[in-house]
Amino acid sequence: MAVNKYLRQRFFPHLWCPGCGHGIVLNGMLRAVDKLGMSKNEIVMVSGIGCSARISGYVDFHTLHTIHGRALAFATGVKMSRPELNLVVPMGDGDALAIGGNHFIHAARRNIDITAIVMNNRIYGMTGGQYSPLSGQEVVATTAPFASIDPSFDVVELSKAAGATFIARTTTYHVKQIDDFIKQAILHEGFAVVEILTQCPTHFGRKNKQGSAVDMMKLYRDITTPIGSKAKQENPNLIERGIFVQEEKPEYSREYDKIIERATRG
Amino acid sequence: MAKPILKSHRIKADWCKGCGICVEFCPKKVLELDESDRAVAARLQDCICCRLCELRCPDLAIEVETE
Repeated sequence: MAVNKYLRQRFFPHLWCPGCGHGIVLNGMLRAVDKLGMSKNEIVMVSGIGCSARISGYVDFHTLHTIHGRALAFATGVKMSRPELNLVVPMGDGDALAIGGNHFIHAARRNIDITAIVMNNRIYGMTGGQYSPLSGQEVVATTAPFASIDPSFDVVELSKAAGATFIARTTTYHVKQIDDFIKQAILHEGFAVVEILTQCPTHFGRKNKQGSAVDMMKLYRDITTPIGSKAKQENPNLIERGIFVQEEKPEYSREYDKIIERATRG
Repeated sequence: MAKPILKSHRIKADWCKGCGICVEFCPKKVLELDESDRAVAARLQDCICCRLCELRCPDLAIEVETE
């Protein structure tokens, strides 16, 4: 496979459950890198903690497996010291928006050139299926056996408000969009967020009676629609997919270069 | 564009976890799960090289090669 050269094959088969969407995200992300023709040395992948964060162990780039929620903080450090490198930060929904919520909004506000991939399975899978800020109301989890009453964040709206300059959303069913969006996000100069709805059949699916991984992917097909589609007007409950924001704004490490120049001028 | 011709369809049995995603979403129903719940290409003559099995495989176990 074209993407095998980017894998640390000695760690396969991977630890994710059968049908876990995270493998599909890994698959799509490697295709994006392959299409960009980037070498392994040009990419730094930084991850935090969780099922999603294990992704950095499987790729043969420069990788950092850091602490819960703090992947973006580590990535900011790498980017500031080596701005020529491409930073990719895959995070789970809890890692990105609960534990790492603060780092997330401030990285977006600074518009630092990092690609944040939010692998949204709406649950803490690794620790046994606790509800997350992306679970939403009426979701059953081990810590919400009678259903959660917490409303969920909308990753796209949150990123938009915080100042991200590239924001896209897709699902594991729509595989061709995964590599297309990640490719564009890596090329984008500034903070790029790609939210990917990814199934957790073991915890989310089982507790919420959504069936197998296949059934959950069919659900993604049925409950999402392209941005601005007619179907969305008829059924406002559908989740939109596509690129929501793509704009140019001053990038943080470039702005910092100007400060370095100003400070070191004779 | 000319129709792609299948050269090989390989499934790494030791990476496959038998989730059945490739089987379900193959538009030509080429794949099925064998008795040990591993994906196998049972009707390879029907394959149209769309690569959807390769793209959707969460275990990165499938490789479709065309001429």
